[in-house]
Amino acid sequence: MKKDEVPQDHNSALYQDKFGKGLVKYALDDKDHYTTALSSGWEPEMTVLQQALDELEQNIREIRQKVINRQLSPIAYYAEVKRMDLGVLASYAGMWKWRVKRHFKPAVFDRLPVTTLKKYADVFHLSVGELTNYNIK
Amino acid sequence: MLFGIGSGLHFIHIPFLKVNGVPATSYRIWPGGIFNRVTKLLRLEASTFTFKDPIKANNALDEQLAQGRAVGVMGSVYYLSYMPDAYRFHFNAHNLLVVGKDGDDYIVSDPILEELKTISANDLAQSRFAKGYPAPNGKMYYIKGVEGRPIPNLETAVKKGIKRTIFLITSPPFKFAGVSGIAYLGNRIKTYPQKMEPRKALLALGNIVRMQEEIGTGGGGFRFMYGAFLDEASQMLNNPDLKEMSLRITNIGDDWRNFAFETAKVIKSRSGRIDSFDYIGNLLIDIGCKEEQFYKDLGKVKL
Repeated sequence: MKKDEVPQDHNSALYQDKFGKGLVKYALDDKDHYTTALSSGWEPEMTVLQQALDELEQNIREIRQKVINRQLSPIAYYAEVKRMDLGVLASYAGMWKWRVKRHFKPAVFDRLPVTTLKKYADVFHLSVGELTNYNIK
Repeated sequence: MLFGIGSGLHFIHIPFLKVNGVPATSYRIWPGGIFNRVTKLLRLEASTFTFKDPIKANNALDEQLAQGRAVGVMGSVYYLSYMPDAYRFHFNAHNLLVVGKDGDDYIVSDPILEELKTISANDLAQSRFAKGYPAPNGKMYYIKGVEGRPIPNLETAVKKGIKRTIFLITSPPFKFAGVSGIAYLGNRIKTYPQKMEPRKALLALGNIVRMQEEIGTGGGGFRFMYGAFLDEASQMLNNPDLKEMSLRITNIGDDWRNFAFETAKVIKSRSGRIDSFDYIGNLLIDIGCKEEQFYKDLGKVKL
């Protein structure tokens, strides 16, 4: 890539939001020696970034609906919002993965003692009352 | 330069290691690999510490900063409040440099961002003591200094760096690691339409492009950065052959950019068509061939 070919599609608020002034790219100057240039946006990068963000939002929406329908327990929703997968949530809560997975089931979650609920509530910085509320806004 | 000496260039695609639900792809060697190699080859004395207690970790950091040292720390990206929201995942093997203190805030230089940023002591502590894998445990490290040590021979380090890069990328016995991993991924992509639902398949594709362009790679999945290293190396060693190799890896980097461009087109059109997956899969197989020849020829260059 030549320096004057470094993409400058600076029309996206999304891109600026994420990368600020832009991303550093390595490129060749007119004597074919390397230099760096700031790229203020490239269409393919914006496409995949938008795709990743849409995916996050869609997952949160779907899981929220499942919690409201009582197919999943609220910890599934809060974990998704905090971008935690099962392994990350388990290590923050200090429990085994399989145990956390079981707690995703409303039938199991509803019977949890307050001490266990408190562990999850602390991870998400919520009160136990907020954590056990299935009607997430 | 350091990227080349540390043999940073690599490729690996691990289909069974899922990061946020999609297979992991990386264009560089393992975290910490470059640092360890550079300090060894340049004979820099590095000190590394981990902590159990966040307060002790913080005090140790302050102590080094007070002596005017820049200190590297490892932490989770999720708590780095200065990062754009889209970056903030629970990725724990992120490294950044703390360069100073401003009241209760720390001034940091992050390899992903251009300018210096400030972060509150609390956020930094949370990041350094994030849980999950790998747990950073407040890891901090710095270069002790070079006084009284023999002056490292940069030329030898450069030569060793090049040789080790070739070795690491051509020798892995698994077909998904090293240069053979590129064609392997190309063939995997062709099977995506049969194996995954369309949304998931496109997501996996998007992730490859993000790993290639977004995470401080300098474009083209570090291939341009390696070209810059070979360019510098050719001047230092007065070796025109390395210059030629620099231009060749640049062309390969351009091919990677083209792959990203075509892949994004498929994602944008939401096309789950088999022939479009075949097409971009073939682009990768072609890149794999070119890279294989490149490392062969780089090995033939007299150093």
